[in-house]
Formats: sequence, structure tokens, C-alpha cells
Amino acid sequence: MNFRNSLNTALRALTVNRSRSVLTILGIVIGITAIILVLSIGQGAQGLIMQEIQGVGPRNISIVPGRNVNSPSAIAASFLTNSLTINDLKALQQKINVPTLSAISPVETTIFPVSAGSQTYQATIDGVAPSMQQIINISLTQGYFFTNSDVTDASHVAVIGHKVETNLFGNQSALGKRIMFDNQTFVVVGVVGANGSSVFTNPDQTVFIPWSTMQNYILGIKYFHRIIAEADSVQNINRTVNDITLTLRSDHNITDPTKDDFTIQTQVNLANTVSIITTALTLLLTGVTGISLIVGGVGIMNIMLVSVTERTREIGLRKALGATDRAILMQFLLEAVLLTGIGGIIGIALGTFFSAIIAIAIVHFSGLNWQFSFPYMGAVIGIVVSAVIGLVFGIYPARQAARKSPMEALRYE
Amino acid sequence: MNVIEVEHVSKTYSDGGETTTVALRDVSFNVREGEFLAIMGPSGSGKSTLLHLLGLLDISTAGQYRFDGKNVEMYSRDEQAYIRNAKMGFVFQAFNLLPRTTVLENVKLPLAYSQVPEAKWNTMARQAVEAVGLGHREQHQTSELSGGERQRVAIARALVNNPQVIFADEPTGNLDSKSGKQVMSIIQKLNEEQGRTIVLITHETATAEHAERVIRLKDGVIERDEKVLHRLRPDDEYVK
Repeated sequence: MNFRNSLNTALRALTVNRSRSVLTILGIVIGITAIILVLSIGQGAQGLIMQEIQGVGPRNISIVPGRNVNSPSAIAASFLTNSLTINDLKALQQKINVPTLSAISPVETTIFPVSAGSQTYQATIDGVAPSMQQIINISLTQGYFFTNSDVTDASHVAVIGHKVETNLFGNQSALGKRIMFDNQTFVVVGVVGANGSSVFTNPDQTVFIPWSTMQNYILGIKYFHRIIAEADSVQNINRTVNDITLTLRSDHNITDPTKDDFTIQTQVNLANTVSIITTALTLLLTGVTGISLIVGGVGIMNIMLVSVTERTREIGLRKALGATDRAILMQFLLEAVLLTGIGGIIGIALGTFFSAIIAIAIVHFSGLNWQFSFPYMGAVIGIVVSAVIGLVFGIYPARQAARKSPMEALRYE
Repeated sequence: MNVIEVEHVSKTYSDGGETTTVALRDVSFNVREGEFLAIMGPSGSGKSTLLHLLGLLDISTAGQYRFDGKNVEMYSRDEQAYIRNAKMGFVFQAFNLLPRTTVLENVKLPLAYSQVPEAKWNTMARQAVEAVGLGHREQHQTSELSGGERQRVAIARALVNNPQVIFADEPTGNLDSKSGKQVMSIIQKLNEEQGRTIVLITHETATAEHAERVIRLKDGVIERDEKVLHRLRPDDEYVK
């Protein structure tokens, strides 16, 4: 029997029992739908995070205290949070240490309700150096960004985002006005124009103050949680990272690179880390949904066994008319593979449909720049996996059918 | 020349335990090419078992069966399937047509398992359908046909591969007498006009009298093997 004829025979058998066929493949449909959903949402989430990372700026380098967690024993080291100090900042600022560094600023972040008169606004407070303006590329509409001498003096001056201004002062200018948080009064010396958000901060909703003021009067600490450095060009980023590493090691008297008490993040290695994490999560979820495929496969096997029994006389007839064992085996195997294959295709269509709807909903309700993506690999895997399930779970019933004696099959009541 | 040679064939069924049933005991006979043989006997006489053995649907427990000059024990399962397909045609009491399938598709079924190129299938199937007088029904679903018409479709299906022997197992058993006569007339004509060898199983004397020769079985043993003296003629009313 040639393939086209076998295909027609199998298709006819499936359409004769249409409702049963639909119920049989439901398990496969749900399984493949779930896999496509997980993969598509995984890709969407990864894309979103990657966009954010791209927003960091390719020249920016983030230095945080503690060791990168690359082994269980390093987990304790990741809590070494006080290793970055003012001495490190000064050393890094030396041209001779890091010649390709174009700007550097600590970032200390906290949140306070900021008030002016009767108005209050929940703002992010960032303790930074003046060079932060260059690093995150923001422009002021009024006033100036506080100066290095404000940092030296730990002055109570503030540069506020335009949302902070409108919420506290309405249409009036905030320049020269006083704002209060943490029971301290700050003078507004500059106002930031409307900006998009970046990964570090959303300047529109932020109050920038000198990092020294933040350390001394608000946090009461003598170390940094994060230092942002900027390389003078993208080409020099590796060199800059290298120089920063060497400077900090000599500063901290570290000779063994595995004992580093700081971690340097760039766009590239941040992207790698995120990619590893999201891929691992996606694989895990795919594995879980894969279990439903096995359940679906068992369902297929059950129905195929019933079908083989029901069609015993047909099998006997076909054998009497000259069908070989192999031809019968192929017929039932093809039916199983066709069932699961169709289930897989429906699952891919449904999964794509639902993940597109989810993508639209996310964009609509959260305003995130979420991109729907069709998981091509997932679709290919889905079809292959469902066909393989048809083969694996169809082979037993098909062999039962092929082994039947033609005489006994014909006499079956 | 003998197309079927049966020598001392026995068939015993065992249910796995101690009870065994002897269905055929030391049966011997030959069938000439072009002969029309009827095998008669009451139910339980072993005639169906005999037909299953002759049609390679089952194997004997003792004795030798040569089909077309060759001992069938020499054939593998696949070769047996090939012989059933190319050299034998089957007509069953219960018609055994595929449901929800057209007449033509049913008749094509043996061709699907044959070496015949697909381009010839339609022509061959149409010829067979014409031969049983159902040309005007070829696109009908088998469920739309009467019992007699269904059995004629089954005969067409048995014919389509140009088999050497047609085995008919109680072909009139499920039919009223008029349809039965019609079916028997077609079978007899196939024998007389196309020279096909027919082995017919029946328990009705009237049906058996269409044949040239009758073997009577009783309790698995051949009781009589004789020529039919007054053969019934094909009823021309039913055959084109």
C-alpha cells in the first residue's frame, strides 16, 4: 500500500469517529498549547529585560560590592556589602589608574515621601556625584546640577525630576524652593526635564542629592552599594573593566582573583546572566508542561487499543484481501501519528493565539514594551514531539492489530 | 491441472487446557482449475474451518495442502498475504464491506495491497463493478445498497485482482431467496464464462446445486464427494 493511500485510509478512519478523535487529541493539544505559551512568554520576558539592559548604555560599567555567586561557597561572599569605599572611588578617579574612564559616580538609592508645604510625593532619592548627569544623559530645564564642592561639603541641595516638581509645586517653578524628607530640608538647585526611564533610575520621579549627604545624614554608612563608571568609548569597555579590576584589587590587597570582593557588571555580562536565568526557567516550565504530553500519549494509546479491538473484523478483512502485517501496523501507526500531529498543529495555533493575546494585554495594561514573538523552535519541537508521542504510544496498539490472525479476526463478534 | 490439492489434512483446536476439538479429520481432495466445487455440511461440520485453511487464513495441524502446486507451509506470512491478494478472492456471508465508503472504493481495496500500479485501479475496479451489474451504483455508499447489492459489491471486490480461485463462505446466508439466486447466478457465470475456480461453502442444497461437484462434510470427515447430476442454471433474469 503506498503512502498516499495509507494516509487516506488513516484520515478516513479518523473522520469516521470525529468526536472521539477530537477527545483523544485533547491532551496533546493542551500540552503543546502550554509549551508554546511558555516558550513565547519566556521569549517576550527575555526580550523585555534585554531592552532594559540595552538601556543601561553600552559604555556603562556597574561596580557592586560582594563576589559574583559562582559556587555555593561564594554565597557568603556575596553579602560582603561594605567593601567599596571612598578610597576606591578616589583611586578609580585617578587618570593613571583607569585612563579610559570618562565619568564615575556612586549611586545610593532610597525612597522617602518628599514634602513641600502641604504637598507630599513618594520619590526615589539618589545620592550621586555631579558626573551622574553625564552618565545617564539627562538635561536640566532650570538651574544647575549640584557641583563637586556640594559633594565635598555634603550640602543639603537637590536636583528634582519634573514629576516631583509638578506634584509638589503644581505649575510653579521649584527652583530655590525648599523640600523636606527624612526630617531634613533641601534647597532645589535644578529641575530635570522630561526623560525616559533607565535601568538605574527614573529621573522624572527622582530627587538627586550629593552622595556624601546621603551617606552622612540619611543612611549613616561609609561605603557604597553601587558605583557607576563610564568608559570613553564602547571599544575601550574591556580595557576599562580590566583597569578597574586591577585598581580595586591593588586597593583591597587582593592577589587571588577568586577572592575578589567586588563584582563588575557590563551590558554584555548582564545580558548573559539574564539570558541564562530566563533560559533555565523556560526549560524548567517546558519540562513541567511536557508531563501533560505524556498523559496525552497514554490517552492516545488507550483509545487506539479500543479502536483496534472495535475494528478487529476490518483488520481480518484487510488481511484476507492481502494486507501484510506490516501494512496493518503502518495503518494504525499512521493513524496515531496523524492524530498527535494534528493535535500538535492545533496546539501550536492555540498557543500562538493565547500568547499573542497575553502580549496585547501586557502592552495594554502595563504599558511595558512587550514584544510578541512566535517561538519557531518551539513550533518545530512541538510538531516533532507530538509525532514522536504518536509513534511511541501508537506502536503497541498497532502491533496488537498487526499480529491478529486473519481467521480469528474475521470471526470476531 | 489441480489448483488445490489437500492430502490427509486435520485441524485440531486446543483451548490451552486438556480439551481439544477436532474440526477436520484426515481430509483429502483436489480441485481442478476451472472447477466449481461446493462444500456442504451442517453447522459444526468443519466446512468453515476447511475454507479458512484453503484460503490461507489459518494453518492445519496435520497433512499437506498444495496451492497452485506448492506446499503452503513453505510460504512466509507475507507470502501468504501476497497469495491471498493476487491469487484468491473472498466472499463472506456478512459481506464485510468498509462502512461509509463508496462501492468503487470498496472494490479497489485489494488493489491497494497489490503490486498493480495505481493508474489502473479505477479501470479494473469499474470492470469488476460492471461484471456484477452495479455500474450505475459505483459512487454510492455501501450503506445505501440492499443486501443482495452489497454481496455483489463483495463479489466485485473478490474479482478485481483476477484471482485464480474465489472462495465464497455462505454468500447467500444473509440474503432473501431472490437476492440469493441472483448472487448465485453471478457466481455461476463467473465460473462458466470466465473459467474461474470457485469453492463455495453452504448448508443449503439449493445453493450447492449450482456447483458441478459437492463435497459433504460431517463431523470433520468427508462423507461424500460427488458430481451434481441436475445442476441449477444461472437465472438469466438477473444477469446481464
